[in-house]
Amino acid sequence: MSDALLTLRGVETRIGRYHILHGVDFAARRGRVTMLLGRNGAGKTTTLRTVMGLWRASAGTIEFDGRRIETLGTPDIARLGIAYVPETMGIFSQLTVRENLLLATGRDGLTEERLDRLFALFPALKERFAVPAGVLSGGQKQMLAIGRAIVEPRRLLVVDEPTKGLAPAVIQQLIDAFQRLKQSETTILLVEQNFHMAASVGDDVAVMDDGRIIHTGAMADLVADEALQHRLLGLSLALHQ
Amino acid sequence: MKRDWAPHAVLPALILIALPAMGATNWLVLTVAGLAMGAMLFLMAAGLTLIFGLMDVLNFAHGAFITLGAYVAVSVAAPLIGWSGAESWGLNLAVFALAIAVAAAVSGAVGWGFERVIVRGVYGAPLRQILVTMGGLIVAQQLFIALWGADAIPLLKPKMFSGSIELGGAAIEKYRLLALALGLAVFAALHLVLSRTRVGLLVRAGVENREMVEALGYRIRRLFIGVFVVGTALAGIGGVTWAFYQELVTAQIGGDMTILVFIILIIGGLGSVGGSLVGAMLVGLTANYVGFLAPTVSLGSNILLMVLILLWRPRGLFPVAH
Repeated sequence: MSDALLTLRGVETRIGRYHILHGVDFAARRGRVTMLLGRNGAGKTTTLRTVMGLWRASAGTIEFDGRRIETLGTPDIARLGIAYVPETMGIFSQLTVRENLLLATGRDGLTEERLDRLFALFPALKERFAVPAGVLSGGQKQMLAIGRAIVEPRRLLVVDEPTKGLAPAVIQQLIDAFQRLKQSETTILLVEQNFHMAASVGDDVAVMDDGRIIHTGAMADLVADEALQHRLLGLSLALHQ
Repeated sequence: MKRDWAPHAVLPALILIALPAMGATNWLVLTVAGLAMGAMLFLMAAGLTLIFGLMDVLNFAHGAFITLGAYVAVSVAAPLIGWSGAESWGLNLAVFALAIAVAAAVSGAVGWGFERVIVRGVYGAPLRQILVTMGGLIVAQQLFIALWGADAIPLLKPKMFSGSIELGGAAIEKYRLLALALGLAVFAALHLVLSRTRVGLLVRAGVENREMVEALGYRIRRLFIGVFVVGTALAGIGGVTWAFYQELVTAQIGGDMTILVFIILIIGGLGSVGGSLVGAMLVGLTANYVGFLAPTVSLGSNILLMVLILLWRPRGLFPVAH
């Protein structure tokens, strides 16, 4: 069994007449958190959407656990055990918190055990369980989006900028939640702009620029090397939060 | 996000405001008639709002499915003329129920084919949707003439449905009460399915964010087909109810209702089933009240109602978040 759960090789994506990804190569290793970093417009969100089949790869291959998935439809990709949290969170605002979670479960539904595990990560969801998701605060919506992605055991969690626009206290809650998820050995691919978050939860890192991967390595090495941060990201990660 | 009660108050407010303007007996007759008319309009509009809400498809051929339901009622009722003419609630209801069941099945089946052949190629292309569905309506009307002839076909109500009952000194047509009961029953069934079942949850979720529904592992295409079939089946049921009310079926019976159905959808908020019920009731009541109080402006009353609602709520009374 390969160490990599998800592997992208030479992935190119075009949206209309725009050529966004120019041959993306990287892997997300099993049981680890891989941070996908880069400036705005580097192609991070496009990469995640291409993995999920929401935008079609025009060239290259995407392998999940040894199986090619770049030609599969989004529902089929999701059914392989890949959960996606988009940048917009994708919450169904007119459905209750319970209904949002229920849609992410299979036949077993919302068992007590699953809910207990979820509420241990995000206690706020327990209090707001029966209210429409549209009334939640931004932080609570993000907790619901992540909670929905993990309410059933998933093999890969793909999350796009979960801390965007959130207050520092809420970001700390999310960091705590991701650190607890790490202990369960869930494989996570995480796009993030917040340095504190990236440094706190990332094991591996892939840095993108102009639709390509320009660096891969250990997150700890990037955190420790300010010159590398400047070269790859154009600024110190310490200022980038 | 506080609950917005104002749109819920519009329907009761209209009913109460009309009372002092026309006297209790007239008010009761016109209110029941308006609500019954609204129930029939709801049956015709509910399918279209579901289809638009989930699929963003402007199906201008919806009227063809109303017409199809009306003609199916003609074909079902013709050989059962003895049952229709019998003084038996059981036999009369059997004719009506059979017409509704067959119309729903036929309209739904034709709707399934229409989605596969016509609509599937134009998802996400509103202009092409309007063109092909308008074209579909025109072709369908010619097909109806080829199959059932160009002349209007009489369709008498079953015997026990004719006439009135007295209620509080006012004569209320029995058929209107039946139509009102059917409309409310269909709304209750739709509400139950949408709020209590997983399919209903998926439809409501899909109305808001189709992409996320797919990312959760559900094949939205199958949901589209199902909703299109249910939507067209509901149009067929609406056609049956309207045909028995009009007692005359033509190839234009559904097409003539298209504008009114769209007014209801716009007033209620595109994609909202509850909104289409309230919108249909408002249209039915306004037509009746204005027809009694100011007959000269009754023709334009629904357009005026729509303009007033849109000035107040530009996305209709119960807009659905996308």
